[in-house]
Amino acid sequence: MLPTQPIHRKKTIAAWFQDRLAWDSISQFLAHKTVPVHSGTIWYAFGGITLFLFVIQVVTGILLLVYYRPTPAEAYESVQFIMTRVAFGWLIRSIHIWSANLMILSAFVHMFSVAFLHAYRKPRELVWLSGIMLLALALGFGFSGYLLPWNTISFFATKVGTDMATFVPWMGSTLGRYLRGGDAVGGATLTRFFGFHVAVLPALTSLFLLFHLGLVQKFGISTPPWVEKRFRGAGTKSAQMPFFPDFFLHELMVWYGALALLGILAALFPFGLGEKADAFAPAPAGIRPEWYFLAPFYTLKLIPGHVAGIEGEVVGLLGFGLLAFWWAALPFWGQRPDGTVRSKLVTGGAVAFIAYLSTFSLLGYLR
Amino acid sequence: MKHALLLLLLAAAWLPAKDSCLECHSQMTGDLQAPATAFRNSVHLQHGFTCADCHGGDPNSDDPEASMSKAHGFAGVPLRTAIPKLCARCHSDPNFMRKYNPSERVDQAAEYATSVHGQHLAKGDAKVATCIDCHGVHDIRAARDALSPVYPLNLPKTCSQCHADAAHMAPYKIPTDQYANYLKSVHWEELSKRGDLSAPNCATCHGNHGAKPPAVASVAAVCGTCHVFEEQLFDKSPHQPVFAAMSTGACVVCHSNHAILKTSDQMLGGKDAVCAECHDADSAGGKIAAQAAGLIQNLQNRIVAADGILEQARTSGMEVSEAILRQTDARQNLVKARANVHAFAIEAVSQPVEAGLAIAAEDYRAGEAAMKEKYIRRMGLAISLTAIFVTIAGLWLIIRWLHRAEKESGVTS
Repeated sequence: MLPTQPIHRKKTIAAWFQDRLAWDSISQFLAHKTVPVHSGTIWYAFGGITLFLFVIQVVTGILLLVYYRPTPAEAYESVQFIMTRVAFGWLIRSIHIWSANLMILSAFVHMFSVAFLHAYRKPRELVWLSGIMLLALALGFGFSGYLLPWNTISFFATKVGTDMATFVPWMGSTLGRYLRGGDAVGGATLTRFFGFHVAVLPALTSLFLLFHLGLVQKFGISTPPWVEKRFRGAGTKSAQMPFFPDFFLHELMVWYGALALLGILAALFPFGLGEKADAFAPAPAGIRPEWYFLAPFYTLKLIPGHVAGIEGEVVGLLGFGLLAFWWAALPFWGQRPDGTVRSKLVTGGAVAFIAYLSTFSLLGYLR
Repeated sequence: MKHALLLLLLAAAWLPAKDSCLECHSQMTGDLQAPATAFRNSVHLQHGFTCADCHGGDPNSDDPEASMSKAHGFAGVPLRTAIPKLCARCHSDPNFMRKYNPSERVDQAAEYATSVHGQHLAKGDAKVATCIDCHGVHDIRAARDALSPVYPLNLPKTCSQCHADAAHMAPYKIPTDQYANYLKSVHWEELSKRGDLSAPNCATCHGNHGAKPPAVASVAAVCGTCHVFEEQLFDKSPHQPVFAAMSTGACVVCHSNHAILKTSDQMLGGKDAVCAECHDADSAGGKIAAQAAGLIQNLQNRIVAADGILEQARTSGMEVSEAILRQTDARQNLVKARANVHAFAIEAVSQPVEAGLAIAAEDYRAGEAAMKEKYIRRMGLAISLTAIFVTIAGLWLIIRWLHRAEKESGVTS
């Protein structure tokens, strides 16, 4: 009698939850969910890595919120307090910053892998568009979070960044004032950047993330057209791997790998705090934005003051706007009306885009 | 007609006053043209003065015979001995000078009369410096003009034109190495390399218009105009009455006069110690000097050690900015200890040294703790990575096991 009692209880608890959550539907869903197996399967991991790093961002961000104070008088000191007095505070902050950088890098890799694998094809246009929106939100997280430690570099980089916003045609001055909360970067800017960083952007990201993941679940994971063609030619179905447990375990391995990399970077290369921002001090030499804004930053430096009578910054921003629009519209120019992909055009465009981003980022870093 | 007359009057008022001296001399060559060329840079021309204001004559006449006639008060080249009085006509008149610069001093001529230069001139020695030797003749610029010979950066060179000229100075029997010595000094270094125009030049210690070597008894007071704290300590020190009795120039005994070098702790102890020139090592003074040198050196070493470990921690990514900032207090105590040497009492030196040592020790401990923390972090990382890699290996084994099970089930089915 004795050994059967716990088993009986376990069954009872499981049944209790089953009655209320109907979780067998989830296990049935997972049992039938598959992932295509081909030479490019590894690239599917980057969506998961980006999600994993976002979760780390949320967790470490909440921990930092316990001590952070978003005022010019206290922001720098509170971050200093986190780094010197709070147990593992340095690690939490370092992980938060490194995972932010790795998340954006992983999001870029995910975006380009989707382009190269032509996973934006019908009916997944909205998956692509919501993904582009998520990347834009991630860049917004980076820009707003950069100011929060209120140190010299972040202060002046934000000044440059918000200055750029004022060159947006028609609405530049309004946009600049809205971002800064006034005519210059100051306490109002810090407060609203904090608000964007911990409330507005997380809310929008959660919505777009749910939409993005929901569509991925709805349509399943895309098989590249050349793999589909090969199996169609052979008259067989393309090779698939069960999502659970096979792909999930692979993904878990990759996540652990990302965690190891994050730990190494956070422990061996923790981010310093620099000098406290002083609005009246001259801007230090060599002010440059985070690496993911280097390419547009360097491009703007190369554009002459005036191009055909229009201010160089305005021309630059219009150019970036057109480039972003062109790239976001990939599902619409990357496939023909009959559903076949314009493979050479998309691959060529993606390679050119990568070449531009990497070259100009490198030049922006070196000069 | 009325309007035409008004226009003519306005035009006449608008046009600059006629100056036939400048007009003619500008068209000449060589030495006759040089004064006119130089005068164009003069502060006097900027304020509307003409050649006639110093030389006399009639600048409205184009006829040289008339414009340079004695009838029109033409005086020609003034005698060197008459120059101070000539300049004083305007520069010693408060009502006149107020029109151009209400805060301008008007005591230059009175001061000059008290100077060695002025006293020699009064005796008829025309070789000594008068106004024009320092300020220039026709191209006199404002003293604040960087091209003026009396601009702080240019003044030592201006003084050296006479004082470094052995032949010129021979009749006065004074050394001519002051300029060469001054160029070695920390004062010149501050003035020329760091661009600190408030750093002492010749006039700071000797006066400008009333230039004279400071009297032995007033040397400390002169140095004390800048080195206030050191002077106060020296005045209360046992050295003050001794130096006064010996009629030696206080600060100059240890620091020299023109070749005032940057001070170092070696001045107290070591082979170049200035104290050792008077005090034997076994004497009370020698012992105090050695003890003060030891205390200061010890603080210096502790500060350097704390700096070193903090820098090591900082470059390792550790947050030690508070301790680095606190090091400023330790350095301030070092500066205070060095200044307190002028009290020539060991308590005055030991007090800031002890305060500095306490701060440096605290900062060193902060650096040590940071380095220890760094080691703990590395260990934590190693343990975490081991756990992560073991988990990854476990996952890999599970995946392999799953694949094998799938294959076997496929074979059996």
